[in-house]
Amino acid sequence: MAIELKMPALSPTMEEGTLAKWLKQEGDAIQPGDIIAEIETDKATMEFEAIDEGTLGKILIAEGTENVPVGTVIAMLAGEGEDASDIEAPAESPADDVAGEGKDVGRKDEDASITPEKPKSKPKSDPDIPHGTNMATVSVREALRDAMAEEMRRDERVFVMGEEVAQYQGAYKVTQGLLDEFGPKRVIDTPITEYGFAGIGTGAAMGGLRPIVEFMTFNFAMQAIDHIVNSAAKTNYMSGGQMRCPVVFRGPNGAASRVGAQHSQNYGPWYASVPGLIVIAPYDSADAKGLLKAAIRCEDPVVFLENELVYGKTFELPELDDHVLPIGKARIVREGSDVTIVSYSIGVGYSLEAAEKLAEEGIEAEVIDLRTLRPLDRDTILESLAKTNRLVIAEEGWPTCSISSEVIALCMEEGFDHLDAPVLRVCNEDVPLPYAANLEKLALIDAPRIVAAVKKVCYVE
Amino acid sequence: MIEGTPDLAKTPASATKSAKSDPKKRSESPDEFALHSLQDEHEKQKRYDASPEQMLAFYEQMLLIRRFEERAGQLYGLGLIGGFCHLYIGQEAVAIGLQSALDNDRDSVITGYRDHGHMLAYGIDPKVIMAELTGRQAGISKGKGGSMHMFSTEHKFYGGHGIVGAQVALGGGLALAHQYNDDGGLCLAYFGDGAANQGQVYETMNMASLWKLPIVFVVENNQYAMGTAVGRSSAETDFYRRGTAFRIPGMFVNGMDVLEVRAAAEVAFKHVRDGKGPVLIECNTYRYRGHSMSDPAKYRTREEVQDFRDTKDPIEAMKKVLLDNGKTEEDLKAIDKAIRNTVSEAADFAENSPEPEPAELYTDVLVGEY
Repeated sequence: MAIELKMPALSPTMEEGTLAKWLKQEGDAIQPGDIIAEIETDKATMEFEAIDEGTLGKILIAEGTENVPVGTVIAMLAGEGEDASDIEAPAESPADDVAGEGKDVGRKDEDASITPEKPKSKPKSDPDIPHGTNMATVSVREALRDAMAEEMRRDERVFVMGEEVAQYQGAYKVTQGLLDEFGPKRVIDTPITEYGFAGIGTGAAMGGLRPIVEFMTFNFAMQAIDHIVNSAAKTNYMSGGQMRCPVVFRGPNGAASRVGAQHSQNYGPWYASVPGLIVIAPYDSADAKGLLKAAIRCEDPVVFLENELVYGKTFELPELDDHVLPIGKARIVREGSDVTIVSYSIGVGYSLEAAEKLAEEGIEAEVIDLRTLRPLDRDTILESLAKTNRLVIAEEGWPTCSISSEVIALCMEEGFDHLDAPVLRVCNEDVPLPYAANLEKLALIDAPRIVAAVKKVCYVE
Repeated sequence: MIEGTPDLAKTPASATKSAKSDPKKRSESPDEFALHSLQDEHEKQKRYDASPEQMLAFYEQMLLIRRFEERAGQLYGLGLIGGFCHLYIGQEAVAIGLQSALDNDRDSVITGYRDHGHMLAYGIDPKVIMAELTGRQAGISKGKGGSMHMFSTEHKFYGGHGIVGAQVALGGGLALAHQYNDDGGLCLAYFGDGAANQGQVYETMNMASLWKLPIVFVVENNQYAMGTAVGRSSAETDFYRRGTAFRIPGMFVNGMDVLEVRAAAEVAFKHVRDGKGPVLIECNTYRYRGHSMSDPAKYRTREEVQDFRDTKDPIEAMKKVLLDNGKTEEDLKAIDKAIRNTVSEAADFAENSPEPEPAELYTDVLVGEY
């Protein structure tokens, strides 16, 4: 059967080209791999290579012809036992029936307008703490360690890897004691090679394990962000749901104290912008423990952002056998009716401090701890806004393209009718964090700034 | 002295081998000899002693890749395949030689974006591979991955990765999982001569050697990183030596000879399975087509490509062996015809099966519900 030779597309964007030159003539024998013609595009001259064996029949597009659409039949190729001179050109040019990117098969255009299905609603509130449960006073550091230890006891596949996590007992002592209990197979000291060990952790998760990859700080994870975003977050989607990547990337995030610009950055907004990731940033011990346990059990890759300045703070934590909290659920840490303050991580502490000061002045602020940055608990934010009609976001991080920006967009898109004042954000100054004590203090958020913003949205002097 | 305590009196290795100051001279110190011992082992029996059935199978598998890729190139030209499409034509002996030596119940494979051949080497249905290339629901990634992102967890084939070099670190993780689970498996991690200059490759080699991970690093040296010849991008073009700094033994293999690749695989896999840590194999090979479909091919001569096709083609070489061993031209023609039919059926399927349901847009982003 005669084969139609069609004008090829030689790049992802090519729609037409110039048939610069025929290197074979009618009647020539063609072998696979022979260059039949040269095609010119605006970018380059390329060779049109034969795939099939045969004899070149009619040349339908003369050399020198410009603007030949991709898919146009340019010549006919006679197969074995056919007479090349007998072959007729196809009746009509199928140029407008180019089988490009599936245009000719499958679905109608109108099928394409769909909206994502809302996830089936399921109870997402925190589990009830049984009456009479003893409350222990525990630091965030210990809560995180206990979460890992409990999950490692529960599931053999869970292990920790990172710089100084084993013999040194953790650069910030979060993994203290784990080596003694679980041994070097499950508590692995890595060299200082974030890109490499983030990749190894991700690959181990793909291979069926449940790695906890500790970054000494998330500033160093920038060396590894390719694996977090391109390897861990996207592979399940790209594989049509075949690949799993249940890895937890965890470590301190945000400004510490006087460590300068390169060691002081909040990556919450970076990771929260990536579909395929779960991003958690807890504040107190109970949330740190309950959410880290949930993160380790999660089938999806989790970025778990801690805060060095909060590690040593102590909070009450219910003494339960298995304290696991829901991912994707914000928590109202203080109820109030006049204004909503949304925050996360260390910002929650400043917000609570601000709320106390405001209460002294007769303003009752509701404080929401987002806890999970992706997926964002939109309902809790909007319900609170509907109640208070005023909202401020407090975020220890830069203002531009931040979680604050996202919450403001949410309020505009879905809470506009409830707003009695513009939503304001209280963020760090938009500069690299300075070292000098006074400048650092000027750059970071604090309770007085939150108080000022709240008064502004309440139209109080 | 306890393990890990620094020995400050240690003499630097370089000081003990003043005679080896000529960098071009192959070193013979005991340490370095160990690093080359696998090459010596390989030299002992350079070509795998395949049975007639195996040789026929190698031929058929390589030919399937060749015909499949030719057809993929054609479909790309017709606009049925979009985006990037990197063909494996010329390199067939590497995937077939190595993967035929795997224990598919235990071992895992990971590679970069030039991944069609590695999928076909598993015997995965060409239909679902071609349908992925055309972006259809029936594709192995439901049409959501494309040419560069194909996976088959059923076969322990972990992709299909588009970021140059990333698959090497991920492969290290797969190897860590083999070791952790003590399942006796190894990971075969392929990368190109271009990826061989990525930093994470060496981060991974360091940890793999330090932890004795069961991994075989394979540099598919096809001589060009996109359009940059190895000599223009690499200070050390003997890629098999790239593991020496990490005490990973290297092997230099003719990647255009499937029997030599298979013989090398036997040596390397045994070393790794014996718990001796990683091996680095450099397979010298050649891609006949451009880096991707939109390659102007200005960086090499047509004669160079033609010379490889005419004198070093792995499929032609195997064809000669088969003919010398009693197969007739007619036998081989029949095989070619059958493979062409298989590929045509795959292409028809890929062209005619529907695109993904629009609702697929939102599936597989996350596994859990939150």
